[in-house]
Amino acid sequence: MPIKVLLIIPCFNEEKSIASLLDELLTINFTNKYWIEIVVVNDGSQDKTVEVVSQFNVIVLDLPVNIGIGGAVQTGFKYAFENDYEIAIQVDGDGQHPPLEILKMLKAYEENPSNVIIGSRFIAKQGFQSSTLRRIGIFYLHFINKILTQKNIYDSTSGFRLFDKNAIALATRYYPDEYPEPESLVIFAKAGFSISETPVMMKPRQTGQSSIRYFSQVYYIVKVTIAMFFSYIRKVN
Amino acid sequence: MQKIQIIIIFINSLLLFYIARLIIKGKLREEYTIAWIVCTILLMVFSFWRNGLEVLAKAFGIFEAPNLVFISFIFIILIYLLHLSIVNTKLQKDITKLTQEIALMKQNLKKDEANDAA
Repeated sequence: MPIKVLLIIPCFNEEKSIASLLDELLTINFTNKYWIEIVVVNDGSQDKTVEVVSQFNVIVLDLPVNIGIGGAVQTGFKYAFENDYEIAIQVDGDGQHPPLEILKMLKAYEENPSNVIIGSRFIAKQGFQSSTLRRIGIFYLHFINKILTQKNIYDSTSGFRLFDKNAIALATRYYPDEYPEPESLVIFAKAGFSISETPVMMKPRQTGQSSIRYFSQVYYIVKVTIAMFFSYIRKVN
Repeated sequence: MQKIQIIIIFINSLLLFYIARLIIKGKLREEYTIAWIVCTILLMVFSFWRNGLEVLAKAFGIFEAPNLVFISFIFIILIYLLHLSIVNTKLQKDITKLTQEIALMKQNLKKDEANDAA
């Protein structure tokens, strides 16, 4: 029996980059150990994302209104949960996560099955490393994460992640809707899940802009800090 | 009774009447109207009992009676804003859940249609 794997691609106005990503994804040979399906979650895009995506042989979850990336990814988790997938992998729709790196994530899972595996930019220090200001923010998040989760997670903002069955089940219930990455790690750590990192290459985004810019960078850090702190206090069951 | 009292009582009655109408028409949920009704009733009480403000201010040890009005109203408004934030948070959570359900149901429907066609 091949292992059922769901690739979750959250999209918000990604009509320019989604086609090449899906093209690339559909040509990858995942061997017959895995049975791969792709679900594109359209987070209320105003452009032609849905039209572009529906030309491909993928599952489309079309959210009628924009609910934020966390809510979009959570929809994918709910789909994975209802349809009994063993593994879910989040791949961002903007092309920052090269599809071939998915194989590395699966390999890391084979060698060392953790509940959550994060594709990290910073372990091997290869590929796109982000700007200085962002790296300071990421350093700070690493520090906070270490205090709250007692784990060394270098790339806590990476959206390139693999979740096993237990993590999927938890995420259908608890998943922050805005800036979910660092905060969800606190939730997973509190539930006693194992979290590991594996080096991957990332590319600078191809089109569009980061959701975190200008003043919102300050807002991001403040919001995420508060959210992580309260997630730490909150009961998870 | 002085002119200002009559004006305030008149305006107050209008406000109370308008709130009642909103509730009757179902445009305002009862739980959100408690604050409004309490406020109008308070205003009404003090427009009849003019010395009341002085008496209360003295009881609280506030020198200028109008300061009591500012303090208490700012406090009430803050609490009410907090209440609205709570309501808003709940609504947002519900909307997220409903949106996700709709997307999942649409997908299920499409799958069923494809199966029927096959």
